[in-house]
Amino acid sequence: MALLEAKGLRASYGPTRVLHGIDFAIDEGSITAVLGANGAGKTTTLRALCGMVKTEGDVRFGGARIDGRLTEDIVRLGIAHVPDGRGTFVNLTTEENLRLGAYTRKDRAAVESDLARIFAYFPRLKERRRQQAGTLSGGEQQMLAVSRALMLRPKLLLLDEPSFGLAPLLVRELFEIMRTVNQRERVSILLVEQNAAMALALANRAYLIETGRVVLSGAADEIRRDDAVRRSYLGY
Amino acid sequence: MDAFIHQVLSGLATGGIYASLALALVMIYQVTRLVNFAQGEMAMFSTYIAWSLINAGMGYWPAFLLTVLFAFAVGVVIERVVIRPVENAPVLAIVVVFIALLVILNSATGWIYSYTIKTFPSPFPKEPLFGNKYMSSHELGAIGVTLVVLVLLYVFFRFTPLGLAMRAVAQNPESSRLVGIRVGWMLALGWGLAAAVGAVAGMMIAPIVYLDPNMMGGILLYAFAAALLGGIDSPGGAVIGGFAVGVLENVLGAYVIGNDLKLSVALGLIIGVLLVRPSGLFGKVNVSRV
Ligand SMILES: Nc1ncnc2c1ncn2[C@@H]1O[C@H](COP(=O)(O)OP(=O)(O)OP(=O)(O)O)[C@@H](O)[C@H]1O
Ligand SMILES: [Mg+2]
Repeated sequence: MALLEAKGLRASYGPTRVLHGIDFAIDEGSITAVLGANGAGKTTTLRALCGMVKTEGDVRFGGARIDGRLTEDIVRLGIAHVPDGRGTFVNLTTEENLRLGAYTRKDRAAVESDLARIFAYFPRLKERRRQQAGTLSGGEQQMLAVSRALMLRPKLLLLDEPSFGLAPLLVRELFEIMRTVNQRERVSILLVEQNAAMALALANRAYLIETGRVVLSGAADEIRRDDAVRRSYLGY
Repeated sequence: MDAFIHQVLSGLATGGIYASLALALVMIYQVTRLVNFAQGEMAMFSTYIAWSLINAGMGYWPAFLLTVLFAFAVGVVIERVVIRPVENAPVLAIVVVFIALLVILNSATGWIYSYTIKTFPSPFPKEPLFGNKYMSSHELGAIGVTLVVLVLLYVFFRFTPLGLAMRAVAQNPESSRLVGIRVGWMLALGWGLAAAVGAVAGMMIAPIVYLDPNMMGGILLYAFAAALLGGIDSPGGAVIGGFAVGVLENVLGAYVIGNDLKLSVALGLIIGVLLVRPSGLFGKVNVSRV
């Protein structure tokens, strides 16, 4: 059974409809990539899943309907979202940002060990743990956003362009971490990414969205071989 | 010289009360970006509740505690019932709601308790504490109570997960939802805390200014001046601003402009701060990168 399944997902900003009935499924333990041009509706798709935008349609997580529920309740089911623009708490310290990620967790001891693990993944964050998060560099804030999401110990991780603004070396590191988190901790991942080549190499499945509709979906390997995708998104 | 020291110290006592009320204003400002004009009347109403409890034979401190809890609950209910529905309304509409709240609380109190001025007891002894000749024991006690409240709030916001969550909501509601914080309840909690702090301020100032439905009008103005002086979004600044305004008011009233014109100190400060430095002395300059 799919961990998350959306059917006929529609979303609007005010009177403007942006998603026109999207269907997709995320298998438990898989990595799913979402590709699409600027303005296609990738960010809106993630926001719709979390109840951050007015939505219609049927969304199920672990079999239970989550459409129409409050964002905070959806998050509490184990869906962590690294939003477009990172969503840093700029006036709080790095460590406070990370602790907020674990706000809903009751297992204190495990939170401490997760914090230590995050600091091991990202030593830069450890160095800056008492620094106001708004003073971190763009890349550091991106690491912080991903780390904050991991602190929830989510079942599903929604990532909106997590490599945005990162140096190439860090991008590779980040993808390595995604792979580790997925394989070792069985966290399913929905990844929106501009770097289509890397995303398709990492993912099991992929969806291509154009102006609010799914125009192509399938195993990541097949999508990678698709001529149109190769020309438009992979650039060769 | 003695007289001057006396003016400064008793200024600190009223200043502490302005500081508490200013802090209540800042707490609500941080989540709504608006000044709650009804803050003073909420405190006044709570003080009347304390008066009723004490008159019904309850001891001072039990009545004090019960009043603080009552004020907290009223604050929560006001947020849920009155503010919540207009949350996304235009600023002006919300301001009107605040003013309506002010008028309703004021006239309801007048209707229930009449507008006759009442005395309100102080829990502290009549004779000055420690034989000092500068401050009455109520002034000293009020400073003590204020400091306890400030320390408790500091510890709550700085060191508890709930306090951290409230600070998170104040600066980024959307991200707060994304980590699972129930934002609506945090806002209500903020109103509850602000109302509770206001109630303490009301009970501490009432023995000095006496109890009547209009007792908080001037005091809220000083508190507003204090909050602006310190920086309307800086809790620490509001506290320092409160003490500064209390001392300034007393000293200027005694030596410069006379007691009758004291309130103009508050107005002068408000206008001065808005003209010269709208962010106040400690107003935060947000550091963020894009
Ligand atoms: N807050 C908003 N109000 C109105 N329209 C919006 C809003 N946010 C997005 N849109 C519109 O919705 C459409 C989809 O936007 P969305 O952000 O989902 O695209 P995207 O695929 O994430 O693009 P990008 O690659 O640039 O991040 C766009 O046409 C955009 O103009
Ligand atoms: Mg986007």
